[in-house]
Amino acid sequence: MRAPSSELPIVFDGVTVTAGPVTILDRIALTLAPGAPTVLIGPNGSGKSTLLRVAMGLLAPSRGRITWGGLENVPPLKRAIVFQRPAMLRRSAAANIRFALRAAGMPRAEHARRTGELLEHVGLGHLADRAARKLSGGEQQRLALARALARDPAVLFLDEPTASLDPTATKAVEDIIRTVSERNIKVVMATHDLGEARRLAGDVVMLHRGRIVETAAAASFFDRPQTAEAKTFLAGELLV
Amino acid sequence: MPNDVTALQLVLGGDPALFAIVWLSLYVSLSAVALAALIGIPLGAWIALTKFPGRQGVIVLLNALMGLPPVVVGLAVYLALSRSGPLGAFGLLFTAPAMIIAQTVLVTPIIAALTRQTIEDLWIEYRDELTAMNLGPLGRVTALIWDARFSLVTALLAGFGRAAAEVGAIIIVGGNIEGFTRTMTTAIALETSKGDLPLAVGLGLVLIAIVIAVNALAWTARRAGERLAG
Repeated sequence: MRAPSSELPIVFDGVTVTAGPVTILDRIALTLAPGAPTVLIGPNGSGKSTLLRVAMGLLAPSRGRITWGGLENVPPLKRAIVFQRPAMLRRSAAANIRFALRAAGMPRAEHARRTGELLEHVGLGHLADRAARKLSGGEQQRLALARALARDPAVLFLDEPTASLDPTATKAVEDIIRTVSERNIKVVMATHDLGEARRLAGDVVMLHRGRIVETAAAASFFDRPQTAEAKTFLAGELLV
Repeated sequence: MPNDVTALQLVLGGDPALFAIVWLSLYVSLSAVALAALIGIPLGAWIALTKFPGRQGVIVLLNALMGLPPVVVGLAVYLALSRSGPLGAFGLLFTAPAMIIAQTVLVTPIIAALTRQTIEDLWIEYRDELTAMNLGPLGRVTALIWDARFSLVTALLAGFGRAAAEVGAIIIVGGNIEGFTRTMTTAIALETSKGDLPLAVGLGLVLIAIVIAVNALAWTARRAGERLAG
């Protein structure tokens, strides 16, 4: 079992992000605590990806503050993120993992063993020597997960990791996400796929136009949505 | 019209004078490209990844320097290396190292400018990943240069093309001394002016063949590398 992480809880306190005249996140107050996956849902442009970037520390709030384990300005040593379209380094799958291990400061002597473990974990052991850019979309996404896990993160952010994947590849990625969560790694995932949110979420944060409109345990959210926006979104109607 | 058979005979017959000229030309041009790569690749990568006041002006200047007139570079290097110049004490004027210096000055902006563009484009693609990995500046630069290695071959080839074809700078700082600083391009210029067209044509054929061979070799290596690394 993983020891309690100093990264958690991640607390957003009135976080606003603007880009010129556009407000992307609007006074976000949110606590991401240890436990089951937190899934951010909402239509395109609702601010899910930006919220993940702020939580990862890639983007500073325009106003408000964010803390990791009660501290501000914590370097992302135990946080990792998988982007919707991860950039594959122009190397083999195994070399992509080794690169991440080096970046995370793991001793070189352990690289081979850990690389093998991670590739097996995501089902890519047989493709270790294949050029990463020649892998299929689903395989690249799994490799990106392995690369993120190379950092031995306490928190793993996933930005629509199954968007544009077929059902088989989606299931493979979701299976990995479940095993990651079972290892007490906090998963925070953005998606606009309600089915995926139902399958994976422990709790749900719904965003619309940069604001949190509803936060609830997954069962409660899907069975008894409280806000008009959530009801509209769950009914499959257009939320504009 | 030159006698083509005579030109070919010179090439195929293994004329020692001709091969000495070819060897010196390759030595000077490849040395200049190697030195320019050592300077230009890190410089281009640094400009690509660093924000500083006047950066846009530096980029414009660097791009403009790709078109440096060789005779102007030759004159500047000549003044620097001449007996009364700041580097006169080294006694390099009219030697192969002087020609290497002049060609390095010409080639460095080409490699630096093309590297800057290549690394900047790749950085757009990699920025999020490398930032999320908490990589420091040195880690970013080395990762980007390594992953851009196949594209950077093109920058090196452009530099080699410039060096191999160049005559204005090296004729000023090298002096075109037979058996000492005479290269293919300076020899072609000289022999043409003397009316010895077979030798000039022979050297021209060799020069073109070398440029094609180097490009073919680099292209083959690039394709093989891309097949392996993606």
